[in-house]
Amino acid sequence: MKHIKSTAVPINIENIDTDQIIPARFLKATSREGFGKNLFRDWRFENDDEAQPKKDFPLNDSKWKGRILVGAKNFGCGSSREHAAWAIKDYGFDVVISSFFADIFKNNALNNFLLPVQVSDDFLQKIFDAIETDPNTEIEVNLEHQTIGIPTIGIEEKFDINSYKKTCLINGYDDIDFLLSIRNDIEGFENKRKAVGAA
Amino acid sequence: MGKSLVEKIWDAHVVKTIDGGPSVLYIDRHFIHEVTSPQAFAGLRKRGLPVFRPKQIVATADHNVPTILQHLPIKEELSRQQVDKLVSNCKEFGIELYGLGHPYQGIVHVIGPELGVTQPGMTIVCGDSHTSTHGAFGTIAFGIGTSEVEMVMATQCVLQSKPKLMRINVDGELNPGVLSKDIILYIISKLSASGATGYFVEYAGSTIRGLTMEARMTICNMSIEMGARGGLIAPDEVTFKYLEGREFSPKGKDWDAAVAKWKELYSDQDAKFDSEINIKAEDIQPMITYGTNPGMGIGVDQSIPAEQEITEKEKAGFLKSLQYMGLQAGQPIKGQKVDYVFIGSCTNSRIEDLRLVAGFVRGKKKASNVEVWVVPGSKQVEKAAQEEGIDKIFEEAGFQLRQPGCSACLGMNEDKIPAGKYCISTSNRNFEGRQGPNARTLLASPLTAALAAITGKVEDVREYFN
Repeated sequence: MKHIKSTAVPINIENIDTDQIIPARFLKATSREGFGKNLFRDWRFENDDEAQPKKDFPLNDSKWKGRILVGAKNFGCGSSREHAAWAIKDYGFDVVISSFFADIFKNNALNNFLLPVQVSDDFLQKIFDAIETDPNTEIEVNLEHQTIGIPTIGIEEKFDINSYKKTCLINGYDDIDFLLSIRNDIEGFENKRKAVGAA
Repeated sequence: MGKSLVEKIWDAHVVKTIDGGPSVLYIDRHFIHEVTSPQAFAGLRKRGLPVFRPKQIVATADHNVPTILQHLPIKEELSRQQVDKLVSNCKEFGIELYGLGHPYQGIVHVIGPELGVTQPGMTIVCGDSHTSTHGAFGTIAFGIGTSEVEMVMATQCVLQSKPKLMRINVDGELNPGVLSKDIILYIISKLSASGATGYFVEYAGSTIRGLTMEARMTICNMSIEMGARGGLIAPDEVTFKYLEGREFSPKGKDWDAAVAKWKELYSDQDAKFDSEINIKAEDIQPMITYGTNPGMGIGVDQSIPAEQEITEKEKAGFLKSLQYMGLQAGQPIKGQKVDYVFIGSCTNSRIEDLRLVAGFVRGKKKASNVEVWVVPGSKQVEKAAQEEGIDKIFEEAGFQLRQPGCSACLGMNEDKIPAGKYCISTSNRNFEGRQGPNARTLLASPLTAALAAITGKVEDVREYFN
């Protein structure tokens, strides 16, 4: 998770909502596994038929591959379904790049070790241009230094992530472990509220 | 400096703040449903953890349930399994479940308020983005993912960074035939589907104050459709009157004490907002969407934007959207034929919505080219509709009054709109495939939908009110 260097798959569409990432009819599973095969189901296949892939959709075009997905502005809007993050991760992506993420999706991604990297509009355009010109272009993401760049064309930008989440991602910690470790604080908080008659 | 309503509630729920990170926010009420909870329960089981505060969780089955013949086993096997799983999980972990057949069953965001579980000043979460609905009561309510559902089950807390604050003031008289659904569709059309991302939105102003609780819920419900983490309205006499006497509302002395505390829940005069927007009620028309995100809305008497009005960046998305919808740039939306009418969802399935629709269609018949589904938000709404004779009005009009559930809002249960068909819908999302693969959704108010049911096409309700 610290350092990822990979080619990328571009989906240059704004407002990619979680219903596109994984349609509701595939949310019936009760485990977290196997959602990748239905990632972008209705953009990938004609008539809901795996035998009829839509050839112009990037996931169906063999020239696009890699562990990085690049989407346009407002990626992951709509439904809170974490299945969207599971599907992207299960398909084989470790990083999603956009100029803007919907809040719930961003949290869901982080909770599944899928790194959302928010870049400026300009930088996003440069990424799209570079990988569309040469699909073998590698993007380098350094979580420790919080940088994203394309070494071959010499571009780089810093990205934001809060230091708590960064530590979690680098060390493989999860929020539940952290919350369980402060259970005394939580119980103390409850007792204090009871004492003042709140809730 | 004074505090905003969000800050007052937020600050009262922060257990601790992590350096350079989010706050640990204590959650008062947690709603769960069958779709986003099974993996959370599995997670607890794997860690060998109990549910920390089971009495603060309320469960119901809504997304997967059929809306006819609910007394029979669910036909779709995976849906049935998921609903059954909720039953066994709630039993194992000691959580109250208002499942199929229970008189309190219904859409999670309908039953919380109607049972009085939702109360001012609370923090409320649910693994569902429309949790913002509960903000109508002056709560911090927001949707979370399944990992967070597990966190709340395990510790009654989530980690959240403090949101930015936006206030949207709506003032003045609404035009006849304009409903709260039109207000929120108008706001989203102005701000876009991402215009409030990162913000909690407080809705204020005389128009908002003049709305009923159910109308306020419709507005807060769709806050997420402009990206907001939540939306809320300061509680007032309307709120207190709605809550008084409900199943889980405080009673007697507790009620008086609660109301006294709730009266302190407002934004102080000198509270600071990162963004403030003013809207005149008289500018709002009956709204309808033409595209594939809720920001693509226009007044029913307006035309879809022409290609040259769209920025270069947005053009590809705009054209893709219109191609999906089978509509042309620049064309008027009025007169557009519809095939289905869906009145329901956590946005507009409450008894006031049904009364309004019934009042409008009484003595009329649906157009022969449309199928009309009215899906009550809960068993209690269904019961009230029957007691008030609304069911008879719908029957005479040729509308199907179905049983409670999310129904055709999300293309997950049996109620789907066929490919290529147009559905005028009172729900909240018009995304591609939302109501079924290749279904075409036009979002509108219950009145605009009711009128389309009668005429078979998109019309302007104002012409029928003048």
